[in-house]
Amino acid sequence: MIGVGKIKQYSNVLDKPLNKGKQEVSLSAFAFLFSELVQYNQTQVDNIAELERRLEDAGYAVGARVLELLCHRERGNRRETRLLGILSFVHSTVWKILFGKVADSLEKGTEHEDEYMISEKELLVNRFISIPKDMGTFNCGAFVAGIVRGVLDGSGFPAVVTAHFVPMEGQQRPRTTILIKFAEEVLRREARLGG
Amino acid sequence: MSRFIGPRSGDAIFSSVERVNAELFTLTYGATVRQLLTDLEDVDEVNKQLDQMGYNIGIRLIDEFLAKSNVTRCVDFKETAEVIAKVGFKMFIGVTASVTNWNADGTCCSIVLEDNPLVDFVELPDTCQGLYYCNILSGVIRGALEMVSMKTEVTWLRDVLRGDDAFELQVKLLKQVPEEYPYKDDE
Repeated sequence: MIGVGKIKQYSNVLDKPLNKGKQEVSLSAFAFLFSELVQYNQTQVDNIAELERRLEDAGYAVGARVLELLCHRERGNRRETRLLGILSFVHSTVWKILFGKVADSLEKGTEHEDEYMISEKELLVNRFISIPKDMGTFNCGAFVAGIVRGVLDGSGFPAVVTAHFVPMEGQQRPRTTILIKFAEEVLRREARLGG
Repeated sequence: MSRFIGPRSGDAIFSSVERVNAELFTLTYGATVRQLLTDLEDVDEVNKQLDQMGYNIGIRLIDEFLAKSNVTRCVDFKETAEVIAKVGFKMFIGVTASVTNWNADGTCCSIVLEDNPLVDFVELPDTCQGLYYCNILSGVIRGALEMVSMKTEVTWLRDVLRGDDAFELQVKLLKQVPEEYPYKDDE
């Protein structure tokens, strides 16, 4: 019959089986959508800090859901409870699912005990984005920082997460570093749990 | 070495372009809709804004579509609709649609989506019953067609999120705008 789709009806979205997460859309479709998200948010703010905060909020909502989804699908309903475990979960599992690759690097901050950095030479969301001069240090990676914060927060690792451009020698475009600064309580708990 | 001649199929284009995980796309769209609902507090306003965003995308997306698809000028609106369903949807969001319900003079039809990556994990709460969740898609079609001189009206007839059995978009050709020469630089 013409016009009858394959979509099966479920009375409740939770009854629907989780798909394997192998479906894809074109990068341009995502880039177009992301660009609209940024442009819309630009109309809602007066300054760069606010814009970053709003993108981070949008990302946070994505992160919270990604965590739930991945814990069910990839982790057999378990989640990480240790600091290094959750960091490598973000750096490998989350990155791989969302961006198709493991993040370029995960490092511990040298100056502060509570800081970690995930760096990416060319962050997916920044692929087609160039920052106008008058917008200073604005980085659309705030969205990804939000995703990371959403995943961490949902796992019980509250942190302040920010995105920064870091110029690299010999490269035309700077890399993006996602800086994670964990809350004090996280480090205290980690110390108590011991090595 | 093969030299390419003639229009390419949606599958061929989709497999040759860079792709991302559909879940990132789905969840990002969800975050966008939620942000709009929070900001605008009115479902009709959200519908309007989503349509506008789609329109903005459509007027840019048509360039990429024409560049990658090798589609030449369609002879009539029927061909246009087929191309949107078979090539357009496939090359951007990886799903195919079918065209049906033509009116007698070939100016109005339905595009039926079998699958739609935008709505994975989505359920409309009671407070959002008037929301056309996928309204961005209708905006995209309207915007893209306007750039190739067709004024259209695109409306949702069926929506799985509202309890229907499929997604059905009605595309109505309002008028063909003749191309004007010479273009003026300042317009």
